[in-house]
Formats: sequence, structure tokens, C-alpha cells
Amino acid sequence: MTILDFTAVVAIVSFVAGLLGSLTGLGGGVVLVPLLTIFFHVDIRYAIGASLVSVIATSSGAAAAYVKEGFSNIRIGMFLEIATTFGALLGAFLATRIPTSALAIIFGAVLLYSAYLSRKPRPLDQRNLPPDPLATKLRLNGSFPDLEGERSYNVQHVPTGFSLMFGAGALSGLLGIGSGAVKVLAMDQAMRIPFKVSTTTSNFMIGVTAAASAGVYLSRGYVDPGLAMPVMLGVLAGSLLGSRILVKAETKSLRLVFSVVILVLGLQMLYKGFWGKI
Amino acid sequence: MPAAQAPAPHPLPPQPQPWDDHRIEVILGNLLRAGVLISAAVVLWGACIYLFRHGHEPADYRVFRGEPSEFRTIPGVIQSVISGRGRGLIQLGLLLLIATPIARVAFSIIGFAMERDRMYVAFTLIVLAILLYSLLGSGLGV
Repeated sequence: MTILDFTAVVAIVSFVAGLLGSLTGLGGGVVLVPLLTIFFHVDIRYAIGASLVSVIATSSGAAAAYVKEGFSNIRIGMFLEIATTFGALLGAFLATRIPTSALAIIFGAVLLYSAYLSRKPRPLDQRNLPPDPLATKLRLNGSFPDLEGERSYNVQHVPTGFSLMFGAGALSGLLGIGSGAVKVLAMDQAMRIPFKVSTTTSNFMIGVTAAASAGVYLSRGYVDPGLAMPVMLGVLAGSLLGSRILVKAETKSLRLVFSVVILVLGLQMLYKGFWGKI
Repeated sequence: MPAAQAPAPHPLPPQPQPWDDHRIEVILGNLLRAGVLISAAVVLWGACIYLFRHGHEPADYRVFRGEPSEFRTIPGVIQSVISGRGRGLIQLGLLLLIATPIARVAFSIIGFAMERDRMYVAFTLIVLAILLYSLLGSGLGV
């Protein structure tokens, strides 16, 4: 395959991944690394480098649209970014030291977990939770516009959420993904942040988290311009289009299709990792 | 000569909007979008040069070699851009992209300072330090 053909095909695949990732809310980065390694025979380290760059593009590109709605909480975001950026830095250093087969196995496990999580209904927002002293001290509690007017919320279990976000950051740095699945676990399940607030806040955090490991990846030579270019441009275009048509699209069946794709790719990555084919 | 006409009483200047979280976020959101669009344009420009020159060579990413230093360090990338290389321009675009969320964090410090929120100024400084360490302390700067 010539560079021209390769670039065109990778750009199209990245575009579709970005579009589906944005429409389903599952993120495009998580399918890119397995697609690049399994179907394009790209070394997993190059694939991770390219995917990481595209994660920053999607997060920053969507930020302006998210912000207008007024759901995100910059204090929650900034406080948890201490955990995610620190984790991301550690993850990126680990990625340069562990064998690629181990990377593939961890990746496979994260994909399976994401597929499982995408089929599970979101926990219902719990209202009128008592204020947590630590969350109050850190000024994490807030409010957001709801159908019935301004709705306030009290953040719970701050230490658990903070630790989980460290893990999310480490996975992001290790695998070059946004690790939305772990963030859901931390922000929705542990900290009980309302769905709308956690989604928009975590979108903001993903870009900052990825930037923390991107420097390490770039300086270690994992970011190849020829590969990162079609991935970044494709994913960015796809996700921007996705965020425009989001309202009209029927996302339920799309979500099912996409989670099956994630499941299959996860099994493939596990297989490749365990049989040393990567 | 008639005395200078007394200036008409000014209407009250429009009250500046308070620096609330939402206003800061809107500014930062637009900053992020502008950063992404600029970096995408630079990447696209580099892509045209790269594909025009190397488009017909075979593509091979099966074996990991690591990038040469001209694509791994900031001075290397700048040098490569000056010598007109397409891939150097792509890397420059990617560096701009990485810088965008870092700029957001840096600007948040100003926002928190205007709200006189010392605790969050400190938190933001920690995040910024980690980001700068990653970008400059990992060997990218040399």
C-alpha cells in the first residue's frame, strides 16, 4: 500500500470512529488503537501515540459546544485533573517500559469493560444527598439548569473518586485513550455527580489528561506524523459532525452496534496479547 | 467665544459582567476551539506537502523504530519546519494541539485569581506544573 492509499483509508476509518464515538458517547479513541493494530498491522506504540493526539482534538473541539449549556463544573474538573494528569504521566512512563503484549491484554480488558458498561443503564441521579464535609471544603458542590429550574447537587465520596480518577489517568496515559468508562465509574457511581454535569466536565478533563502524557509520547518517538495526521484529522471531523447531528440521530441501536464492535475488538486484543501476536 | 459645552451626562457605563464560572468557561471553550482549528489547519498544510512528496512510497508501520530526533523534540520540529518539511509541519500542528489544553489550564489560573479563590489557584498551578513537566521535563525541550 502506498502512503497516499494508507493515509486515505486511515482517515476514513478514523472519521467513522470519531462519528460513532461522538454519536454514542462512547468515544472514538477506544476503537482506533485495536483497528490500527489488527487491520492495518500498525505497531501498537505508534497506534497509541496517534490515538492520544486524536483524543485531545476531540475533547478540545467539543468543549465550546459543551460549555454553552452551562452544565460543567470547573472546580470538580480542576480538582480531579490533579489526579488524572499525575496518573497520565505515570501511565505514559509505564507504557515505555512494559511489553507490547501486556499493553494489548490491558487494552482488551478495558474494551470488554467499556462494552459491558455501555449496555448497563446509567444509575439514576440521586437527589437531595446530604453535603459531604470534604466536598464542601473543596467547593465541589454546585448547581445546573434543569427543566424545573436551577438544580443543586452535593458531591459524595471525594477520596474514592479522586483515587479512581488517578486510575483513569494512568489508563489514559498507558493506552492513549480518553478512558471515559473509568471516569463514569468515578464521577457517576462514586461521587454521585449528576449525569449531565459529569459528562461535560469529563470531556474537559480528557484533553488536559491526554496532554499530560502526550509530551512523554512525543519525546519517546511514539507520535509518527504520517500516521497521526490522518487519525487526528479524521477523528476530529467525525466527532464534530457527530456533535451536530446528535440531537436527531437514533442512538439506541447505534449504541448497540458500537458496543458489539468494542466487544469483538476487545476479544481480538486479548487473543493477540496472550498469543504474542502483537 | 462661547464656553465649551458641558459634556452631556454619560449614561452609566455597562456594568462589567461578574467573573463567574460560566463566563470563564465560555471564554476557555472558545480558546480551545480556536486552538484546535489552528492546529488542524497546520497539520493539513503539512499533510499536503508530505503527501505530494512521499505519497507514492510504500507505507510501513509494522515495525516500531521510534521517530528521529527532528520529530521528537521542540527544537528539532522547529528546525524541520524551517527546512520546509511536511512532516515537521504536521508535528508542529500536533505540538500546538497539545498546547491548547495547557493554555486552558494556564488561563484558568487568571479566572480563579479574579474570583479570589486561592485554593483553586493552587490546584491549577499543580496541574500546570505536571503538564509542563511532561512537555519539557521528558526530553521534548532538548
